Amino acid sequence: MTDFSDAFGAALGLVLGFDADLAEIVGLSLRVSFLAVAIATAVGLPVGAAIALYRFPGRAALLVAMNALMGLPPVVVGLIVYLTLSRAGPLGVFGLLFTPAAMIFAQMLLVTPIIAALTRQVIEDLWVEYEEQLRSLGAGPGRAVPALLWDGRYSLLTAVLAGFGRASAEVGAVMIVGGNIDHVTRVMTTAIALEVSKGDLALALGLGIVLMALSLGVNGAAFALKEAAERRLG
Amino acid sequence: MILPLTIQDVSFEIGGIRLIKDLNCTLEAGPRTMILGANGAGKSLFLRLCHGLIRPTTGRVLWQGAKGRDPADAQAMVFQRPVMLRRSVAANVDYALKLRGMAAAERRAAVEDALGHTGLRRLADNPARVLSVGEQQKLALARAWALQPEVLFLDEPTASLDPAATHAVEQIINAIDAAGTRIVMTTHDLGQARRRGDEVMFLNRGRLLEKTPAERFFSEPENDLAQAFLKGELLWWQRGRDNLKRKPPKQRRQ
Repeated sequence: MTDFSDAFGAALGLVLGFDADLAEIVGLSLRVSFLAVAIATAVGLPVGAAIALYRFPGRAALLVAMNALMGLPPVVVGLIVYLTLSRAGPLGVFGLLFTPAAMIFAQMLLVTPIIAALTRQVIEDLWVEYEEQLRSLGAGPGRAVPALLWDGRYSLLTAVLAGFGRASAEVGAVMIVGGNIDHVTRVMTTAIALEVSKGDLALALGLGIVLMALSLGVNGAAFALKEAAERRLG
Repeated sequence: MILPLTIQDVSFEIGGIRLIKDLNCTLEAGPRTMILGANGAGKSLFLRLCHGLIRPTTGRVLWQGAKGRDPADAQAMVFQRPVMLRRSVAANVDYALKLRGMAAAERRAAVEDALGHTGLRRLADNPARVLSVGEQQKLALARAWALQPEVLFLDEPTASLDPAATHAVEQIINAIDAAGTRIVMTTHDLGQARRRGDEVMFLNRGRLLEKTPAERFFSEPENDLAQAFLKGELLWWQRGRDNLKRKPPKQRRQ
């Protein structure tokens, strides 16, 4: 218990003292996860909306696959990206393995199915309400997509946050493709795993506190934004 | 002008149940048509078939005056519960115009004009979804007005409105009519049909039983179900099947 309280106190000291190592790791973590989620959002929103509105052969199979991919194991994604980016892999010439770009790529693969699947559900529900009105105004599914994405923006924020939660919390994929290299690819989750194995609980706990605070902060801000907007815009 | 609209032997069924049955009629340019009938008579389905939101199972919907134009571009519809997009009042009208391909510079004036005619200019920047039901219905009419349709379908536009809001909506419909748009409207309100209709179509159980000038419909309806409907007899529709066998659907010349 004393060890824990000592570690907790030291962790707080690191956080409140803006420890340079800690700040570097937090900064890289945020950069990687935000970029991965941004790309996944740009891909997942239109793909999810299109699957919601269009009927085509194989749609049911695609839905099942997309939902299954929401639970994609990070280590499997890490392995696939590793094989793809390694020297012998199809994208090996770019030399991206063990760089933040590889980590972004891996997290993007993890998060895109989550955002697409949740978007599909939100847009499908909206389409039930909007279809007749939009078709009457002259918007078929293709032209309805931007309007529905815009009108569902607050619900879709939840989908994006779910993606961000997945990206910022996963350790398996970034560990494999990033290699947890100090000052290069070390992010919060991989650093926590490393520090725990080394017995440096203070840094691990400090990173854990920052990770939790970030998660709470981002979700809290999004919730407040959604509530305020729905009250104002209906 | 895309009119006349000819409905030719149109039936519509879902799951083997025929909801619209062998409907034939022609809507010419000019009079305001009020579609009357009980719940489930097929009034809303009829409007949706005409507007192209649903396809007939059999039969044809022909816009005889379209001559190569897409008739959808010359129509609009206002629903009983219009859907407002999650944006401002003005942006809702603007979106409809944008879908019709109007340039941004022209849209601004058209939005102003439509909101001005419907008394919504002061609410232009307000979020549309927090308007009252009556104001939302006015906005739906403004959105339709801005499109300057040749034919406007209205599906019970005053169903959930109080008398003041009903009056305001009727005034707007009158103005749209005066601007040259052909009005085709369903209603449960006999007083409204009498006030605003030039012609009445009476539907029962998916069949058109009478299509006649409003004045004649209200003074001497031919069909005995229509007579019972106008008298406000309860359970009059239960006689529907027997009477349908006796009296085939008919239309009168105006």
